[in-house]
Amino acid sequence: MNSVIQKLEGRSLRSDLPEIRVGDTVRLQVKVVEGEKERIQPFEGVVIRINRGGSRAAFTVRKVSYGIGVERIFPLHSPRLEKIQVLNHGKVRRARLYYLRKLSGRSARLNTTS
Amino acid sequence: MSKSSLDERAVLTGLIGMKLGMTQVGDDSGRVRAVTVIQLGPCMVTQLKTAETDGYEAVQVTYGRKKPIRTTSAERGHFAKSEVAPGIATREFHRRGDGEIKLGQAIAVGEVFKPGDLVDVSGVSKGRGYAGVIKRHHFAGFPGSRGTHEYFRHGGSIGNRSFPGRVRKGLRMAGQMGNERVTIVNLPVIDILADENAIVVGGAVPGADGGIVTVRHAAKLRRQAAE
Repeated sequence: MNSVIQKLEGRSLRSDLPEIRVGDTVRLQVKVVEGEKERIQPFEGVVIRINRGGSRAAFTVRKVSYGIGVERIFPLHSPRLEKIQVLNHGKVRRARLYYLRKLSGRSARLNTTS
Repeated sequence: MSKSSLDERAVLTGLIGMKLGMTQVGDDSGRVRAVTVIQLGPCMVTQLKTAETDGYEAVQVTYGRKKPIRTTSAERGHFAKSEVAPGIATREFHRRGDGEIKLGQAIAVGEVFKPGDLVDVSGVSKGRGYAGVIKRHHFAGFPGSRGTHEYFRHGGSIGNRSFPGRVRKGLRMAGQMGNERVTIVNLPVIDILADENAIVVGGAVPGADGGIVTVRHAAKLRRQAAE
Protein backbone atom coordinates (compact mmCIF):
# COMPACT_ATOMS: atom_id res chain seq x y z
CA MET A 1 0.00 0.00 0.00
CA ASN A 2 1.08 3.54 -0.66
CA SER A 3 2.98 5.14 2.22
CA VAL A 4 0.85 8.29 2.18
CA ILE A 5 -2.30 6.22 2.60
CA GLN A 6 -0.66 4.21 5.34
CA LYS A 7 0.13 7.40 7.18
CA LEU A 8 -3.41 8.66 6.75
CA GLU A 9 -4.85 5.42 8.09
CA GLY A 10 -2.36 5.41 10.95
CA ARG A 11 -3.93 8.57 12.33
CA SER A 12 -7.21 6.85 13.14
CA LEU A 13 -5.76 3.69 14.68
CA ARG A 14 -6.60 3.08 18.32
CA SER A 15 -4.10 1.46 20.62
CA ASP A 16 -6.31 1.31 23.72
CA LEU A 17 -8.26 -1.76 22.64
CA PRO A 18 -7.76 -5.30 23.92
CA GLU A 19 -6.83 -7.99 21.45
CA ILE A 20 -9.93 -9.86 20.35
CA ARG A 21 -10.14 -13.19 18.55
CA VAL A 22 -12.83 -15.06 16.71
CA GLY A 23 -14.89 -17.01 19.23
CA ASP A 24 -14.42 -14.53 22.07
CA THR A 25 -17.46 -13.44 23.99
CA VAL A 26 -17.25 -9.67 24.29
CA ARG A 27 -19.19 -6.92 25.99
CA LEU A 28 -19.08 -3.65 24.07
CA GLN A 29 -19.93 -0.20 25.27
CA VAL A 30 -21.28 1.56 22.19
CA LYS A 31 -21.98 5.27 22.08
CA VAL A 32 -25.35 6.00 20.54
CA VAL A 33 -26.92 9.37 19.82
CA GLU A 34 -30.58 9.64 20.76
CA GLY A 35 -32.01 12.95 19.70
CA GLU A 36 -29.82 15.47 21.47
CA LYS A 37 -28.31 13.16 24.02
CA GLU A 38 -25.55 10.65 23.72
CA ARG A 39 -25.62 7.54 25.85
CA ILE A 40 -23.79 4.28 26.11
CA GLN A 41 -25.47 1.08 25.01
CA PRO A 42 -24.04 -2.32 25.87
CA PHE A 43 -23.88 -5.08 23.29
CA GLU A 44 -22.78 -8.53 24.33
CA GLY A 45 -22.17 -11.48 22.07
CA VAL A 46 -19.75 -13.76 20.26
CA VAL A 47 -17.21 -12.46 17.74
CA ILE A 48 -17.95 -14.52 14.63
CA ARG A 49 -15.76 -12.72 12.13
CA ILE A 50 -12.81 -10.34 12.04
CA ASN A 51 -11.91 -8.43 8.89
CA ARG A 52 -8.36 -7.17 9.22
CA GLY A 53 -6.93 -4.22 7.33
CA GLY A 54 -5.36 -1.38 9.26
CA SER A 55 -7.81 1.36 10.14
CA ARG A 56 -10.48 -0.39 8.07
CA ALA A 57 -10.53 -3.47 10.33
CA ALA A 58 -13.98 -4.54 11.47
CA PHE A 59 -15.53 -7.37 13.44
CA THR A 60 -18.98 -8.91 13.66
CA VAL A 61 -20.63 -9.69 16.98
CA ARG A 62 -23.58 -12.10 17.15
CA LYS A 63 -26.03 -12.45 19.98
CA VAL A 64 -29.45 -13.97 20.37
CA SER A 65 -31.93 -11.43 21.67
CA TYR A 66 -35.40 -12.68 22.67
CA GLY A 67 -34.96 -15.63 20.35
CA ILE A 68 -33.89 -13.50 17.38
CA GLY A 69 -30.32 -13.66 16.16
CA VAL A 70 -28.75 -10.19 15.98
CA GLU A 71 -25.42 -9.47 14.29
CA ARG A 72 -23.70 -6.11 14.32
CA ILE A 73 -20.58 -5.13 12.43
CA PHE A 74 -18.30 -2.69 14.23
CA PRO A 75 -15.31 -0.87 12.74
CA LEU A 76 -12.56 -1.87 15.15
CA HIS A 77 -11.05 1.60 15.36
CA SER A 78 -14.32 3.47 15.55
CA PRO A 79 -14.46 6.28 18.10
CA ARG A 80 -18.02 5.12 18.82
CA LEU A 81 -16.65 2.12 20.66
CA GLU A 82 -16.23 3.27 24.22
CA LYS A 83 -14.91 0.00 25.54
CA ILE A 84 -14.37 -3.63 24.56
CA GLN A 85 -14.41 -6.16 27.35
CA VAL A 86 -13.39 -9.74 26.58
CA LEU A 87 -15.48 -12.02 28.79
CA ASN A 88 -14.04 -15.33 27.68
CA HIS A 89 -12.23 -17.03 24.85
CA GLY A 90 -14.17 -19.64 22.91
CA LYS A 91 -12.34 -22.66 21.57
CA VAL A 92 -12.95 -22.58 17.84
CA ARG A 93 -11.33 -24.22 14.82
CA ARG A 94 -12.30 -21.84 12.08
CA ALA A 95 -11.95 -18.14 11.29
CA ARG A 96 -15.59 -17.45 10.40
CA LEU A 97 -18.21 -18.87 12.73
CA TYR A 98 -21.14 -18.72 10.32
CA TYR A 99 -22.21 -22.19 11.42
CA LEU A 100 -23.49 -20.65 14.65
CA ARG A 101 -26.37 -19.15 12.70
CA LYS A 102 -27.86 -22.57 12.14
CA LEU A 103 -27.45 -23.66 15.74
CA SER A 104 -29.52 -22.75 18.75
CA GLY A 105 -29.61 -23.47 22.44
CA ARG A 106 -26.90 -25.65 23.93
CA SER A 107 -25.23 -26.51 20.64
CA ALA A 108 -24.67 -22.81 19.88
CA ARG A 109 -22.37 -22.52 22.86
CA LEU A 110 -18.61 -22.62 22.51
CA ASN A 111 -16.22 -24.34 24.87
CA THR A 112 -14.03 -21.82 26.59
CA THR A 113 -10.26 -22.03 26.68
CA SER A 114 -9.40 -19.84 29.66
CA MET B 1 -15.26 37.35 -12.58
CA SER B 2 -16.05 37.71 -8.91
CA LYS B 3 -14.48 35.38 -6.42
CA SER B 4 -16.64 32.95 -4.50
CA SER B 5 -16.14 32.52 -0.80
CA LEU B 6 -15.06 28.94 -1.47
CA ASP B 7 -11.81 29.67 -3.23
CA GLU B 8 -10.82 33.13 -2.14
CA ARG B 9 -7.32 32.09 -1.19
CA ALA B 10 -6.69 29.86 -4.16
CA VAL B 11 -4.04 30.96 -6.64
CA LEU B 12 -5.06 28.57 -9.43
CA THR B 13 -8.29 26.89 -10.53
CA GLY B 14 -6.78 23.44 -10.17
CA LEU B 15 -3.75 21.19 -9.94
CA ILE B 16 -2.47 18.00 -11.52
CA GLY B 17 -1.33 14.88 -9.71
CA MET B 18 -1.46 11.16 -9.24
CA LYS B 19 -4.17 8.93 -7.81
CA LEU B 20 -2.52 7.08 -4.93
CA GLY B 21 -5.42 4.86 -3.95
CA MET B 22 -8.55 4.58 -1.90
CA THR B 23 -9.26 4.00 1.78
CA GLN B 24 -11.84 4.88 4.39
CA VAL B 25 -11.84 7.69 6.92
CA GLY B 26 -14.16 8.19 9.84
CA ASP B 27 -15.25 11.54 11.21
CA ASP B 28 -15.60 12.34 14.90
CA SER B 29 -19.09 10.91 15.08
CA GLY B 30 -17.73 7.58 13.80
CA ARG B 31 -19.29 7.79 10.36
CA VAL B 32 -17.09 6.08 7.80
CA ARG B 33 -16.75 7.26 4.24
CA ALA B 34 -14.85 6.02 1.20
CA VAL B 35 -12.16 8.44 0.05
CA THR B 36 -9.50 8.71 -2.62
CA VAL B 37 -6.03 10.02 -1.84
CA ILE B 38 -4.49 12.09 -4.63
CA GLN B 39 -0.95 13.44 -4.59
CA LEU B 40 -1.05 16.91 -6.10
CA GLY B 41 2.38 18.16 -6.60
CA PRO B 42 4.49 19.87 -5.80
CA CYS B 43 3.34 21.36 -9.09
CA MET B 44 6.05 23.48 -10.73
CA VAL B 45 5.16 26.47 -12.88
CA THR B 46 6.66 25.91 -16.33
CA GLN B 47 5.08 28.65 -18.41
CA LEU B 48 3.00 31.78 -17.95
CA LYS B 49 0.74 32.27 -20.93
CA THR B 50 -0.38 35.82 -21.58
CA ALA B 51 -3.01 37.38 -23.81
CA GLU B 52 -0.32 39.25 -25.78
CA THR B 53 1.81 36.28 -26.75
CA ASP B 54 -0.60 33.33 -26.59
CA GLY B 55 -4.03 34.90 -26.96
CA TYR B 56 -5.19 33.79 -23.51
CA GLU B 57 -4.12 33.84 -19.88
CA ALA B 58 -3.07 30.60 -18.22
CA VAL B 59 -0.48 29.07 -15.95
CA GLN B 60 1.16 25.87 -17.11
CA VAL B 61 2.26 23.51 -14.35
CA THR B 62 3.92 20.10 -14.32
CA TYR B 63 3.80 17.21 -11.89
CA GLY B 64 6.40 14.59 -11.01
CA ARG B 65 9.71 13.73 -12.57
CA LYS B 66 10.42 12.13 -15.90
CA LYS B 67 13.64 10.19 -16.39
CA PRO B 68 15.96 12.36 -18.53
CA ILE B 69 16.40 9.48 -21.00
CA ARG B 70 12.66 9.49 -21.67
CA THR B 71 12.45 13.19 -22.52
CA THR B 72 12.42 14.51 -26.05
CA SER B 73 14.71 17.38 -26.93
CA ALA B 74 11.63 19.59 -27.35
CA GLU B 75 10.64 18.83 -23.75
CA ARG B 76 14.14 19.52 -22.49
CA GLY B 77 14.14 22.88 -24.24
CA HIS B 78 10.71 23.82 -22.90
CA PHE B 79 11.46 22.87 -19.30
CA ALA B 80 14.87 24.55 -19.43
CA LYS B 81 13.18 27.93 -19.91
CA SER B 82 11.63 27.70 -16.46
CA GLU B 83 14.56 25.74 -14.98
CA VAL B 84 12.19 23.00 -13.88
CA ALA B 85 13.03 19.28 -14.12
CA PRO B 86 10.84 17.64 -16.80
CA GLY B 87 7.62 16.32 -15.28
CA ILE B 88 5.52 13.32 -16.20
CA ALA B 89 2.43 15.38 -16.98
CA THR B 90 1.73 19.02 -17.75
CA ARG B 91 -1.53 20.96 -17.69
CA GLU B 92 -2.74 24.55 -17.87
CA PHE B 93 -4.97 26.21 -15.31
CA HIS B 94 -6.51 29.63 -14.97
CA ARG B 95 -5.23 32.05 -12.43
CA ARG B 96 -7.33 32.86 -9.41
CA GLY B 97 -7.02 35.92 -7.17
CA ASP B 98 -4.22 38.47 -7.43
CA GLY B 99 -1.35 36.44 -5.96
CA GLU B 100 1.89 36.67 -7.89
CA ILE B 101 3.00 33.53 -9.74
CA LYS B 102 6.58 33.25 -10.96
CA LEU B 103 8.15 30.93 -13.48
CA GLY B 104 9.72 27.90 -11.79
CA GLN B 105 7.73 28.38 -8.61
CA ALA B 106 6.31 25.37 -6.74
CA ILE B 107 2.61 25.52 -5.96
CA ALA B 108 1.52 23.58 -2.89
CA VAL B 109 -1.83 21.86 -2.45
CA GLY B 110 -2.80 24.17 0.39
CA GLU B 111 -2.52 27.20 -1.89
CA VAL B 112 -5.25 25.89 -4.17
CA PHE B 113 -7.57 23.68 -2.12
CA LYS B 114 -8.83 23.57 1.41
CA PRO B 115 -11.10 21.15 3.27
CA GLY B 116 -14.75 21.72 2.41
CA ASP B 117 -14.13 22.75 -1.20
CA LEU B 118 -15.98 20.95 -3.96
CA VAL B 119 -13.79 19.72 -6.81
CA ASP B 120 -14.12 18.08 -10.23
CA VAL B 121 -11.65 15.28 -10.89
CA SER B 122 -10.72 14.20 -14.43
CA GLY B 123 -8.71 11.19 -15.44
CA VAL B 124 -8.53 8.33 -17.89
CA SER B 125 -10.81 5.50 -16.81
CA LYS B 126 -9.65 1.87 -16.60
CA GLY B 127 -9.82 0.25 -20.02
CA ARG B 128 -12.28 -2.61 -20.38
CA GLY B 129 -11.50 -3.40 -23.99
CA TYR B 130 -14.16 -4.31 -26.55
CA ALA B 131 -17.13 -4.93 -24.28
CA GLY B 132 -20.56 -6.34 -25.07
CA VAL B 133 -23.83 -4.55 -24.43
CA ILE B 134 -24.49 -6.21 -21.07
CA LYS B 135 -21.28 -4.88 -19.53
CA ARG B 136 -21.16 -1.65 -21.50
CA HIS B 137 -24.78 -0.49 -21.41
CA HIS B 138 -26.30 -2.65 -18.68
CA PHE B 139 -28.60 -4.50 -21.09
CA ALA B 140 -30.54 -7.30 -19.45
CA GLY B 141 -29.59 -10.09 -21.87
CA PHE B 142 -31.82 -13.03 -22.75
CA PRO B 143 -33.36 -15.80 -20.65
CA GLY B 144 -30.98 -18.60 -19.75
CA SER B 145 -33.49 -21.26 -20.77
CA ARG B 146 -36.99 -21.68 -22.28
CA GLY B 147 -35.89 -22.03 -25.83
CA THR B 148 -33.11 -19.46 -25.95
CA HIS B 149 -30.19 -20.90 -27.84
CA GLU B 150 -26.92 -19.31 -28.88
CA TYR B 151 -28.40 -15.91 -28.00
CA PHE B 152 -27.74 -15.04 -24.36
CA ARG B 153 -25.76 -11.81 -24.22
CA HIS B 154 -26.93 -10.20 -27.46
CA GLY B 155 -28.48 -6.76 -27.78
CA GLY B 156 -31.55 -7.87 -29.73
CA SER B 157 -33.00 -5.97 -32.65
CA ILE B 158 -31.24 -2.85 -33.87
CA GLY B 159 -34.03 -1.42 -36.01
CA ASN B 160 -37.02 -1.96 -38.26
CA ARG B 161 -37.37 -2.88 -41.95
CA SER B 162 -37.57 -0.65 -45.00
CA PHE B 163 -38.74 2.20 -42.85
CA PRO B 164 -36.47 3.77 -41.76
CA GLY B 165 -34.20 1.36 -43.62
CA ARG B 166 -31.17 2.26 -41.52
CA VAL B 167 -29.90 1.98 -37.97
CA ARG B 168 -30.60 5.00 -35.75
CA LYS B 169 -27.63 7.13 -34.78
CA GLY B 170 -26.43 6.66 -31.23
CA LEU B 171 -27.89 3.16 -30.84
CA ARG B 172 -26.13 1.43 -27.99
CA MET B 173 -24.03 -1.47 -29.21
CA ALA B 174 -20.86 -3.34 -28.27
CA GLY B 175 -17.56 -1.48 -28.52
CA GLN B 176 -14.58 -0.05 -26.68
CA MET B 177 -15.37 0.60 -23.01
CA GLY B 178 -13.26 2.65 -20.65
CA ASN B 179 -9.80 4.08 -21.36
CA GLU B 180 -11.42 7.44 -22.05
CA ARG B 181 -11.32 10.74 -20.24
CA VAL B 182 -13.95 10.87 -17.49
CA THR B 183 -14.77 13.73 -15.13
CA ILE B 184 -16.45 13.21 -11.77
CA VAL B 185 -17.99 16.45 -10.53
CA ASN B 186 -18.60 17.94 -7.08
CA LEU B 187 -16.48 15.68 -4.90
CA PRO B 188 -15.88 17.13 -1.43
CA VAL B 189 -12.33 17.78 -0.20
CA ILE B 190 -12.20 15.95 3.13
CA ASP B 191 -8.65 16.71 4.15
CA ILE B 192 -5.38 18.24 2.99
CA LEU B 193 -2.14 16.44 3.83
CA ALA B 194 0.18 19.41 3.46
CA ASP B 195 3.45 17.63 4.26
CA GLU B 196 2.71 14.93 1.68
CA ASN B 197 1.28 17.41 -0.85
CA ALA B 198 -1.76 15.19 -0.99
CA ILE B 199 -5.48 15.75 -0.93
CA VAL B 200 -8.24 13.46 0.35
CA VAL B 201 -11.48 13.63 -1.64
CA GLY B 202 -14.70 11.84 -0.84
CA GLY B 203 -15.77 9.18 -3.31
CA ALA B 204 -14.12 7.48 -6.26
CA VAL B 205 -11.99 8.96 -9.01
CA PRO B 206 -11.45 7.72 -12.61
CA GLY B 207 -8.54 5.46 -13.43
CA ALA B 208 -6.22 3.02 -11.71
CA ASP B 209 -3.93 3.82 -8.80
CA GLY B 210 -0.90 5.65 -10.16
CA GLY B 211 -2.92 7.30 -12.92
CA ILE B 212 -2.62 11.00 -13.71
CA VAL B 213 -5.64 13.04 -12.63
CA THR B 214 -6.57 16.70 -12.86
CA VAL B 215 -8.35 18.26 -9.89
CA ARG B 216 -10.16 21.55 -10.42
CA HIS B 217 -12.53 23.68 -8.38
CA ALA B 218 -16.08 22.58 -9.12
CA ALA B 219 -17.16 24.09 -12.43
CA LYS B 220 -20.76 24.46 -11.30
CA LEU B 221 -19.65 26.53 -8.31
CA ARG B 222 -17.31 28.58 -10.48
CA ARG B 223 -20.17 29.37 -12.80
CA GLN B 224 -22.38 30.42 -9.88
CA ALA B 225 -19.62 32.61 -8.49
CA ALA B 226 -19.23 34.30 -11.86
CA GLU B 227 -22.89 35.26 -12.06
